[in-house]
Amino acid sequence: MATYLIRRLLQGIIVLLAVSMVCFVMFRYTGDPVLMLAGKYATQEEREQVRVAYGLDRPVYVQYLSFLGGAVQGDFGKSYVSQISALRMILERFPATFELALVAISISFVLGVGLGVVVSIKPRGWLSRIIMAGSLFGISIPTFLIGILLVMAFSVYLGLMPSFGRGDTVQIGFWRTGLLTASGWYHIILPALTLSGYQLAVLIRLTRAGMRETLSEEYIKTAWAKGLAPHTVVLKHALRNVMIPIVTITGLSFGELIAFSIVTETIFQWPGMGNLLLTSIFETDHPVVVTYIMLAAFIILTINILVDVLYAFLNPRIRFD
Amino acid sequence: MKTIMQSRRMHSFLGDPSAILGLIILLCFLFCALFAGMLAPMNPYDLASVDLANFLLPPSWMDGGMNAFPLGTDDQGRGILSTILYGLRTSLIVSVSVVTISSIIGIVLGMLGAYYGGLLDAFIMRAADTVFAFSTTLIAVLLLGMFESRGLGTVILAICIADWVKYARTIRGSVLEIKNYPYVTAAIASGARDFRILFRHILPNALPPIFVVMAVDMAVVIMLEATLSFLGVGVPLTEPSLGMMIAIGKNYIYAGMWWMVLFPGLTLIAMVVGINLFADWLREELNPKL
Repeated sequence: MATYLIRRLLQGIIVLLAVSMVCFVMFRYTGDPVLMLAGKYATQEEREQVRVAYGLDRPVYVQYLSFLGGAVQGDFGKSYVSQISALRMILERFPATFELALVAISISFVLGVGLGVVVSIKPRGWLSRIIMAGSLFGISIPTFLIGILLVMAFSVYLGLMPSFGRGDTVQIGFWRTGLLTASGWYHIILPALTLSGYQLAVLIRLTRAGMRETLSEEYIKTAWAKGLAPHTVVLKHALRNVMIPIVTITGLSFGELIAFSIVTETIFQWPGMGNLLLTSIFETDHPVVVTYIMLAAFIILTINILVDVLYAFLNPRIRFD
Repeated sequence: MKTIMQSRRMHSFLGDPSAILGLIILLCFLFCALFAGMLAPMNPYDLASVDLANFLLPPSWMDGGMNAFPLGTDDQGRGILSTILYGLRTSLIVSVSVVTISSIIGIVLGMLGAYYGGLLDAFIMRAADTVFAFSTTLIAVLLLGMFESRGLGTVILAICIADWVKYARTIRGSVLEIKNYPYVTAAIASGARDFRILFRHILPNALPPIFVVMAVDMAVVIMLEATLSFLGVGVPLTEPSLGMMIAIGKNYIYAGMWWMVLFPGLTLIAMVVGINLFADWLREELNPKL
């Protein structure tokens, strides 16, 4: 286990290094950073000054090492646009994205597994058919369209739900939360539903497939033969085994969640990291984009390693040798 | 032997109404995209045929609609129906190109990696882990965010960079199994060269799961292209795209102008549902395990 963990950590570090290299190349070679820092109307002399001041006159590998050195200490430079530390800008918006993702993942997990179990118990019933047809639509509608259709239905025509912003928030230390006010919950419903849509459909299908396989196994037949109550057989004996791959896949698809949170945040003007990323892309604010990429990579890789470790605890038969 | 196989498959296909429906939908859209130039009432990206005076018209059956624009117009006076037809073309060009390019790259690299093992195999597995962790969508958004200029080509490139891994991993699994079959050993023993063994003996048997991945991937890429264009990092403003139409229409939904969002949206959903229905049948058909 320890060797496995160390190997995974090393792999993670290598991937982070690769990502940092891509970021550095982008930082350095797309667009002229000197032009961006000094402004369009700078004279040749001013440009030269900027070049020296920011160390852009040094050899490329020295620049990369100093970029890396800064990155390790959480220093990714200042935003070109606002002149504030890029990492601070992103971390300020982290709670909004985190809360949105948390609510979305809870919705898709509870509903997805629940509906998947319902479908697997009575595969030919009319309710199951409706759920399965719904899940087909769920994987066939891109997230951005789910969001816009929800806004059209619930905000524009029914006028029931707010369609932008987080509502009232409360500041606790460095964390600004919207989950402690009624208005915050009111505002998070539509974005969270949007973000959960795709994963919900995938989870229904996964649970159904897993349950279909497990319910036909010998030990389930034994459980029925013992005369156990249906809910004990389904929930305690079957679902427990199906949960292992489901938890793993949910954890491993975290990158997808982050990608779709960019889309969701744009539609609902949610003040999170994804929204900031897109604005920064359009303003070619490279330090912010690079920081976002490195942070996203770090979070995703950490979660992947955690999921792998969790997998070992859930399934003691797994040995990483 | 082959005709029996085909007839059995045909039989199963004809017995599955949703698969037939899916294929019909797909063929209809393909037809529309191929003949968009003839079917569309106007070319929405030809400046000479667009009149700004016709902006924001509702569909023709509503008050103020014009017969020349059956589904209404957008804020530039482009007909929604015509733009959808041309947008379908973009969707299908992107998805067919991506599926073709990434499947070829993925199949070749995956096969070589699985057959020879070693460094190439290790590289493919690490690349697969990384791409699955980050997701194709996130990689494409970030890459396009970095690119200086954006066009149809860059969109295809950005998606392919992550997408080939799916194919490599699928074929790798099949090849690892097949390469130990007795008939492959027999081919090696009879002195066949590696190239012949790989492409003549192993590849044909490793392909069926790839077809399923291709079908599903087509739907996924269509949605991805629409998403990228919606975000503004996809095809440029000068190209028609369903995703961009919806992005433009989004600004007008509060004014009650639903047609700019709803028609392209429904087109997108119908196309993807059609492909997924067909892919579901293909999966059941080609995957004996389920």
